[in-house]
Amino acid sequence: MLRYVLARLVLVVPTLWAVATLIFLLVRVIPGDIVELRLVSGGSYVTPEVIQQERGRLGLDKPLWAQYADWIVGLARLDLGTSMWTGAPVSKEIALRLELSLQLAVMATVVAVSLALPLGVWAAVRRGTWADHLVQVFSVAGLATPSFWLGILLLLFLLYAFRWLPPMTFTPLWVNPVANLSQLVWPALAVGYRYSAVATRMTRSAMLEVLREDYVRTAWAKGLAERAVVLRHALRNALLPVVTVIGLEFAFLIGGLVVTEQVFNLNGIGKLFVDAISRRDYTLIQGLMLLVASAYVLVNVLLDLLYARLDPRIRYA
Amino acid sequence: MYARPWARTAGAFALALAVLVAASGTVGNSAPAPQPRRGGSLNFIVSAEPPSFDGHRETTFAVIHPIRPHYNLLVKFDPFNYPKVVPDLAESWTVSEDGLTYTFRIRSGVRFHDGSLLTSRDVKASLDKIIFPPQGVVSARQAMYEMVESVSAPSPNTVVIRLKWPSATFLEKLASPFNWIYKADILERDPRWYERNVMGTGPFRFKEYVRGSHWEGVRFENYWKPGRPYLDGYRALFISSPAAQTAAIKFGQALVEFRGFAPAQRDEVVQFLGDRVTVQESGWLCNLLVVPNNQRKPFDDFRVRRALTLAIDRWGGSRALSQITFMGPVGGVMRPGGPFATPEAELTKLAGFGRDMEAARQEARRLLREAGVPEGFEFTVKNRNVPMPYIPGGVFLVDQWRQIGLNARHVIQETGPYLADLRAGNFDVGVDFTCDFFDDPDVQLAKFVSSDRSPLNYARYTDRLLDGLYRQQSRERNLQRRLQVVRQFERRVLSDRAYQFHLLWWQRIVPHWKRLQGYKVSPSHYLEDLEEVWLSE
Repeated sequence: MLRYVLARLVLVVPTLWAVATLIFLLVRVIPGDIVELRLVSGGSYVTPEVIQQERGRLGLDKPLWAQYADWIVGLARLDLGTSMWTGAPVSKEIALRLELSLQLAVMATVVAVSLALPLGVWAAVRRGTWADHLVQVFSVAGLATPSFWLGILLLLFLLYAFRWLPPMTFTPLWVNPVANLSQLVWPALAVGYRYSAVATRMTRSAMLEVLREDYVRTAWAKGLAERAVVLRHALRNALLPVVTVIGLEFAFLIGGLVVTEQVFNLNGIGKLFVDAISRRDYTLIQGLMLLVASAYVLVNVLLDLLYARLDPRIRYA
Repeated sequence: MYARPWARTAGAFALALAVLVAASGTVGNSAPAPQPRRGGSLNFIVSAEPPSFDGHRETTFAVIHPIRPHYNLLVKFDPFNYPKVVPDLAESWTVSEDGLTYTFRIRSGVRFHDGSLLTSRDVKASLDKIIFPPQGVVSARQAMYEMVESVSAPSPNTVVIRLKWPSATFLEKLASPFNWIYKADILERDPRWYERNVMGTGPFRFKEYVRGSHWEGVRFENYWKPGRPYLDGYRALFISSPAAQTAAIKFGQALVEFRGFAPAQRDEVVQFLGDRVTVQESGWLCNLLVVPNNQRKPFDDFRVRRALTLAIDRWGGSRALSQITFMGPVGGVMRPGGPFATPEAELTKLAGFGRDMEAARQEARRLLREAGVPEGFEFTVKNRNVPMPYIPGGVFLVDQWRQIGLNARHVIQETGPYLADLRAGNFDVGVDFTCDFFDDPDVQLAKFVSSDRSPLNYARYTDRLLDGLYRQQSRERNLQRRLQVVRQFERRVLSDRAYQFHLLWWQRIVPHWKRLQGYKVSPSHYLEDLEEVWLSE
């Protein structure tokens, strides 16, 4: 098992290198120039000499291969470089937003799992009844409702019902838990609902499949209580695809909540992504893409490990 | 102070206009001013974040609004009486007979936030960084001070600036809100230190900056001006979404957004807050420009460009667009309502600025026929994906040109590719803009001199006559004669050659809670100053 984990972690390196190279080339294909965006887009009079000087300072006057070499050497030293827009270290820029995005992803996952598992199991066990139909309506509505739209509805509800708005600035959980939660609980609900819809449907279909298995029929035949059959024998075996969906959605949430972050004015990774791309902040885009790629790779490794834990029959050689 | 006749004339003219602007520029602020009160913290919105902390290198209001309160300038625009220039760190100044030497007396007893005393050496080091930046240091407005020969500090409280040629508005240029005075010792050690750090003499000390969230300042207890600032501190909240900005103002999370709101945002705030809100409005030193590519057929033919400008109903557009955007005033190269504005009677004689649209459009069709442009001719209008006011402006233009038989296609791009295309000449017609901090032909006309002399001119033409007029007005010390040259310049650019032309100027709309006092809107969103701002109970 340990060897498997180590092998997976070693494989992460070439994967991330390939991703890094692809990103490096892709961001330079996009038209636009950070120097012009920064110095000229405000409509100010800046001489071409100043623009050239700034380009030189950022290393953009070097040939592409030299820029690539500089970046890769930095990466090898775990240095993501500095943001071309703000001049601050990329790692610092990301760390600042990662705290919020991670907390929101965890909270949304908690909301999703809390809804998806009981509802999915309930719908499967009561297949074809009103309960099943109710859950299906709930989950289809969740799939069809963009989380940013639900976020807007939540805000409007708060505005009209309580004449209150969640705080517009982020306060870390350990500084002021009330302020923190009063800001993040609403986006967590909006995102968690859509997320739960996916997981509910997956839980229901996985459960339906497992409930037809011989060992479940045997469990019923042995006279086990419904709770024991459903939770211990069926659900545990149905969890593999559900865990996969939850894991991948979690990785997506790290950088994918662009519009929802806008709606709630959240200073997260998604907003940073949009800002970095619109400013052509190459180093920051590269750092962020690596973060998201790493999140997916890491989640996949963790999922593999979790599979073995959930299903002892799974062995990694 | 102003010691020479030409300077006195300019000063009196500016003052008279300032009074005019003050009298006509604001709405809903006519009650007698109550007594200022000390205390409280002001929350305000900033819709973008500062790229760096160095005002000398940046060009955006996103640097001014949160960071300017940490600094003083040598001289500044009077926050209540634009465009009057008043002392800041310079307590007085004199100008030599020939207009070439400016001598500033620096205030004594001014302390930096680290406790050290400010001297003329700090002022000289700061101005040197702006005007003669060392290698590797970017100064965004260096070109504005090309008339400066030297800056010297002959004594601890004297700074002398010598010019190569007299400049009618040098003092105003010096009052740029970006010209923050830094500490000489720090600049000597590291001229780029201020890009990532804050340390000035301003009314507020730096407290914290949380990227993407807020910037916070607290009162500097040793501030040189007695009794100022009134506020205990301020917090600039970075909120980019207009909907979130409006909500934040409505629910009191912020009291104001200093840049300006669109009419719909204003109405929403006013409707919700009722008499708890005041709306201040002013002309705005920003405009949208139509930029035909003068090197691309058929726009290389001045008849086609003239037809384009003739087709635009600016007066009708002003009425319609001012309902949904902050565009409104009709003007030429200088801001309507400003000290150099072209009177309406003269403006309406320029191609495209007349009120008889039927005649103008007939003339436009005739010019197009004469130039061999067929009915239904197709071209693209490149525009930025910034909703306010670019996209409505672009849509309006497309409609106007359709009315003379042209088929314009609106291509909306992200700012990066849009700028790259404009710079590379990869466009038929572009929608461009200008935004400046004060009314001055040197600044507003810079965009119109030949492309090889102005990196901001995307219209791709060379006109040495125009360049000569620019130079002539810049060095003209007599205000009336300067105005005449500016009019000549305007006629040639907008009408005779129609190289590029304005759509509409902008109107600044700043709704704010009535609790916010001691603030007066000016024609530039770069001129915000928190020194005199206070909060009522």
